[in-house]
Amino acid sequence: MDFSAYQTDEFYDEMFEAPGRPRERSQHLVSRLQSLSAGELQRRQKSAELALLNMGITFNVYGHEAGTEKVWPFDLVPRIIEGGEWDMIERGLKQRITALNMFIDDVYNAQYCVRDKAVPEWLIASAKNLLGPCRGMTPPKGIWCHITGTDLVRDTNGQMYVLEDNLRCPSGVSYVLENREIMKRTFPQGFDGFSVLPVEDYPDRLLDMLQHIAPQGVTDPNVVVLTPGIYNSAYFEHCFLAQRMGVELVQGSDLCVLNGHVWMRTTKGLERVDVIYRRIDDEFLDPKTFRADSTLGVPGLMDVYRAGRVALANAPGTGVADDKAVYAFVPDIIKFYLGEDVILPNVPTFVCGEDKQCEHVLMNMEKLVIKPANESGGYGILLGPRASKAEIDKYRDVIRANPRNYVAQPMLGLSRVPTIVEDHFEGRHVDLRPYILYGKDIFVLPGGLTRVALRKNSLVVNSSQGGGSKDTWVLRNGYNGGRFQTQKQTLSGQSQYQTS
Amino acid sequence: MLSRVADSIFWMSRCIERAQNVARFINVNLKLSIELGAATHNQWSPLIYTTGDQERFEELYGEYNQRNVIDFLAFDSNNGNSIISCLRAARENARTVREMISSMMWEELNKFFLSVRAAANDQTILESPYEFFNQIILASHLVEGITDGTMSHGEPWHFAHLGRMLERADKTSRILDVKYFILLPNVGDVGTNIDTIQWGALLESASALEMYRKRHGRISPEDVAEFLILDREFPRAMHHCLIEAEKSLNAIFGRRDDRIYNSAEQRLGRLRADVNYSQIREIIDGGLHEFIDDFQVKLNAVGAAIHETFFAEPPASSLEMSTQ
Repeated sequence: MDFSAYQTDEFYDEMFEAPGRPRERSQHLVSRLQSLSAGELQRRQKSAELALLNMGITFNVYGHEAGTEKVWPFDLVPRIIEGGEWDMIERGLKQRITALNMFIDDVYNAQYCVRDKAVPEWLIASAKNLLGPCRGMTPPKGIWCHITGTDLVRDTNGQMYVLEDNLRCPSGVSYVLENREIMKRTFPQGFDGFSVLPVEDYPDRLLDMLQHIAPQGVTDPNVVVLTPGIYNSAYFEHCFLAQRMGVELVQGSDLCVLNGHVWMRTTKGLERVDVIYRRIDDEFLDPKTFRADSTLGVPGLMDVYRAGRVALANAPGTGVADDKAVYAFVPDIIKFYLGEDVILPNVPTFVCGEDKQCEHVLMNMEKLVIKPANESGGYGILLGPRASKAEIDKYRDVIRANPRNYVAQPMLGLSRVPTIVEDHFEGRHVDLRPYILYGKDIFVLPGGLTRVALRKNSLVVNSSQGGGSKDTWVLRNGYNGGRFQTQKQTLSGQSQYQTS
Repeated sequence: MLSRVADSIFWMSRCIERAQNVARFINVNLKLSIELGAATHNQWSPLIYTTGDQERFEELYGEYNQRNVIDFLAFDSNNGNSIISCLRAARENARTVREMISSMMWEELNKFFLSVRAAANDQTILESPYEFFNQIILASHLVEGITDGTMSHGEPWHFAHLGRMLERADKTSRILDVKYFILLPNVGDVGTNIDTIQWGALLESASALEMYRKRHGRISPEDVAEFLILDREFPRAMHHCLIEAEKSLNAIFGRRDDRIYNSAEQRLGRLRADVNYSQIREIIDGGLHEFIDDFQVKLNAVGAAIHETFFAEPPASSLEMSTQ
């Protein structure tokens, strides 16, 4: 299979500068792919798909029959990121997550950001995911958001942008590890001559972080992963992480609150639980505090949490920063708390909560992508340039009814990566979700999940909407190993972190 | 370990064993139907009687013939005890405890389920059914072997083993009972109408023919019954299964003294002792079928006691006690 007919069209291609001219970082891989005999790559692609099926690497799709599993779609051609660029991405993500944590802490406490007008008052006052019960709280070690998945995209000009922050229960990291595993099994030769940064230590890092946030005085913390159960779309991942960390995977019904602690029911009686990596949304965590009708959570959990006798990752309340209107202000937030300019820029964003910007959005719907501020999984998005007039008119009313809940961005020409389509390659749009852990220090998993829109011309990469994935290779060359530690932050607006 | 997880592992293992045994039932009957030719009527109905699902079968199919019975026992999702249903349940249980079992186990079980599901839509399977059901038996052994070879023999493994042994004891007793339904409806006939071929087929369906010959040599009904019920060493003999189940139960409690603490240990211990002190002549005199019936009732009681002891959610008052 060769690239002779491969077209980059008007898009930034991650592998080719122009048709027939591979980028420096991918020259080696291109020649390797071209050296494979006819049909070889497709055979390996088939064997990768079979391995995924046999290994039961699946995700569930909502809205179908309960428990509908789909095999995780995977494409064998990796996406390559050069080490120097990754270094910049890593610094940008650390900066972002540091500032966002300070912001969340501030929002639930003194609200200096509002007092000093770093963000408008309405933004916080109307935030849907601001949790009243978290007011006045500071979680163990002062960290709110321990696990983040930030979506990055590259535009036609090659510039990398942050598309959105996922600070609640971001999923997908298990697929990063499994994709690498599948690559090694089915296309080991692909790695020859490359120095690809490893991703396999993620579960160890995650466990270290979870142990780090244990309640005070607990030396050997009992860590569990809390799942809503097998019908959740990310159930595979919940299992995967529990298994790789060697901790229990529990459901709400396995836990109970007694005598001021959280316990799990075992065959030998009750066992105390100290740290919960919860994969249940805030409002389902504790029917006594949030939704009374939820059976997924643990009655009384929040009381134990507030008393500091159990740690929750992510802390309840982080969703306030996982709001696309808040996202629009992240550069200001970084400036306010760290006194720095943003390293990874935002996609230009219009906030419908501001009258003037809203007016602009309503006038230019057909040119914009419009998103609800608090949805995930690609739900509720309007792609203006691809929508009918009727759809646009309908959506305009939706925005008018609740402008606070919408933001708009220009439609980006997402970068593409060659992808196997039958007997040839075609460019398919991709994004990138790196994973960030915030414990004793901040760790960014090199690479992350490259999601790919498998349908021709589609820009929607979410797995729930027909997207697939690729292995992501961060090359060591030119990579300085850029470790950088964060020390205790203050809210004085001055940064105290340093690079080592 | 979590009660819910123990429950799932126990049932995962039981369901795989059950699927294997349904395949054994079908195979023994396939053999018998060839040996007997058209000589006997209704040779497929006993299979349904022994599984205890005759009402469901009659409602769904009506007529007892090879095709209907095999379809019902192997591929019908409306039958909770069919091979496909057992494997679906086993896989679903495995999926909920995936973090607890080895990935090889999961992968093999997943493949097992997928292959049977594919076969359910493949009419050519029934052209060589014996081979197909043999494959099922082998696949089930493969999962069992991987379980033993890749999973630490700690508490989760013991729950898997316990489930497998209880299921196997029950199913061996039912295989033995097939014989009763086919040829010996009267207690008085036991030991008179000797049919070596049939008893041999029965032994084969329990993969016991060779081991039996080493132990007893010639085939006689009394010896076959003794071998499948009372042998301590043959892995599918009821007595052997009870000994193994008791070992796992004791390992789960981690005790070595003679005191009995709960109903699970008490009931299993008593049943094991009953079988241990039984003699085959006595069993046959009292009625083989009656003995098997009684055995199954007691075995069910053991299962219920295990559920009570380990899996059921304890009342809140006892929770208060246990944290103090």
